[in-house]
Amino acid sequence: MSQIITGPAFVLGDDVDTDQIIPAEYLSYNPSDASERKYFGMYALSGVPRSQSGLPGGGQRFVEEGQYKTKYAIVIGGKNFGCGSSREHAPLAIAEAGAKVVVAEFYARIFYRNCVNGGYLLPCETTQRLVHEVRTGDQCAVDIASATLTNKTTGKTYTLRPLGDAKPIIDAGGIFPYARQTGMIKAG
Amino acid sequence: MARMTLTEKIMARHAGRPSVEPGENVWVGVDILMTHDVCGPGTIGIFKEEFGPAAKVWDKDRVVIIPDHYIFTAEEKCHRNIQILRDFVKEQGLRYYYDADFVQGSGMPSPYRDPNKTNYKGVCHKALPEEGHVRPGEILLGTDSHTCTAGAFGQFATGVGNTDAAFAMGTGKTWLKVPPTMKFTFHGRIPPYLTAKDLILAVIGQISVSGATYKTMYFAGEGIASLTLEDRMTLTNMAIEAGGKNGVCDVDEKTLAYVRKRSTRPNWEVLKDDPGCAYCYEHAWDLATMEPMVAKPHSPDNKDTARNCRDVKLDRAYIGSCTGGKITDMIFAATILQGKQVKIPTYVVPGSTEVHSDMLKLNLKGQPKQAGQKSVYEVLQDAGCQIGPSGCAACLGGPSDTFGRLNEPIACISTTNRNFPGRMGHKDAGVYLASPLTVAASALTGFVTDPRDYVSGPIETGLAGVA
Ligand code: SF4
Repeated sequence: MSQIITGPAFVLGDDVDTDQIIPAEYLSYNPSDASERKYFGMYALSGVPRSQSGLPGGGQRFVEEGQYKTKYAIVIGGKNFGCGSSREHAPLAIAEAGAKVVVAEFYARIFYRNCVNGGYLLPCETTQRLVHEVRTGDQCAVDIASATLTNKTTGKTYTLRPLGDAKPIIDAGGIFPYARQTGMIKAG
Repeated sequence: MARMTLTEKIMARHAGRPSVEPGENVWVGVDILMTHDVCGPGTIGIFKEEFGPAAKVWDKDRVVIIPDHYIFTAEEKCHRNIQILRDFVKEQGLRYYYDADFVQGSGMPSPYRDPNKTNYKGVCHKALPEEGHVRPGEILLGTDSHTCTAGAFGQFATGVGNTDAAFAMGTGKTWLKVPPTMKFTFHGRIPPYLTAKDLILAVIGQISVSGATYKTMYFAGEGIASLTLEDRMTLTNMAIEAGGKNGVCDVDEKTLAYVRKRSTRPNWEVLKDDPGCAYCYEHAWDLATMEPMVAKPHSPDNKDTARNCRDVKLDRAYIGSCTGGKITDMIFAATILQGKQVKIPTYVVPGSTEVHSDMLKLNLKGQPKQAGQKSVYEVLQDAGCQIGPSGCAACLGGPSDTFGRLNEPIACISTTNRNFPGRMGHKDAGVYLASPLTVAASALTGFVTDPRDYVSGPIETGLAGVA
């Protein structure tokens, strides 16, 4: 995982559930099939109600119609990001679209676990409510080493919470590489 | 010796430790791993990628596969996904697989003719206990957030993603953070106009959709003891709707009678909270003062009483899912609908083929129907309900040809568990979550309706769903 992630931010509200992140109708694609996996990028965050999609103001698409990739590098959320189902397709979809990090106040636990164990996305937590501090399209930089998010558009910097227990697994790149490094399963 | 909760004890035993404390991370052995048609193909893909194409699952009797989500659809990819499960089951020699055997070839599959003559079960969380895969004291992982349902049997059960499931598939292990326990006590006996759905909607309304994040929800008190086992499953099923890691109820004779009859293994361990163990939150309710509840759009914690919502006009009613598609739920609904006609389109989906079969066999008292009596199925049909085959159906929207799916921005009252935007189909549809009693009463009027207007006395569900 690179230590500094920069690019425009896409801002969402509270309780963004997994049906908003990847609507159930697209779950028939098999994420393990290379030719189908890209569709999760295409439909990432397509279930977010229009008024909430790209705050403030809303009405913005995370991924443009007909595209597989997003122009946003960072997703900002409020409370309880990723609540709802256990579908790992949710962090996978955001990552497949090309975003690298989500910054929210806190996460639903299965989503957080899937981000970490699957090694898809970096789930960062903030002490402040960034939903009102960052506007969709603002250029931001997340610096992992110093645990900060800087909004380059406004020039303000915010503190991120330490990664805690999940850090060794995040550093390894997921639960499988972690288990190999620590000798739990045979290094393949 | 540390005083531990039920969940802490299960984790300690599965970690090979004398005790554990909330917040600790432990590696535990898994008793059962369940997956289904939506997350199975992805899990199998990761399993093969990580352990190699010739890898074998850690125990072929402990990986249970239950297709249930996208069964009755013409979408090719869904049929393909079922085929991926079949191929894997064959290759691995898995013992417990419940094939949608009527899904052959292309197009919309015609459902099983007789619910007793198919290997197919329907919704995994209902099928798991029916087929003997839940037991007190065990650890169950499933690639589905409502896996927490099985906590009603005094076990630790939680939902995981594909990667965790693939890891457990190969190693029989997972890491878990020991959760602190929240205790919800219910005093009194359940009155006839309430079901467990009202209790859990009140709890979630109080603590919010994230109020139990990372925590165990323990449902206690004589009020819980007065519930049927199926109604307890409604409580633990929706623990995830408050963000809970798992939900648990105490084991009693009702639990043991069921498990003794069904379990595929002879042994299990009944554990309970030590007196004086620590809870991070406690709250008590008196069942006599509780009211029929709804969760308004678009969140399970957007609580209100059914009575307050009586001016809300509805377009559709839905009775089904792992939360509200059990045989007792069907009896609750049928008791209200008996001899009357629904005013709005009302869709009924049995939670499993066993529920479907019981609907055909049992009368409104949950007893085998006698000559001249109507079955639960007939009562619902006579009232004008459209009854589909067992499965997840419109609970999670699914492909656009799914039975009961909300393809338009309409208002629906439903016995399901989740009403975030788009959950049952259309992004702008409004879903009201309620008990089967409230949904049935509302189906009769076309408005959200308090079931006390229709319930005159105790509803006996007899032997339905008991053993
Ligand atoms: S019935 Fe609904 S909640 Fe239950 S497993 Fe199926 S989709 Fe999930």
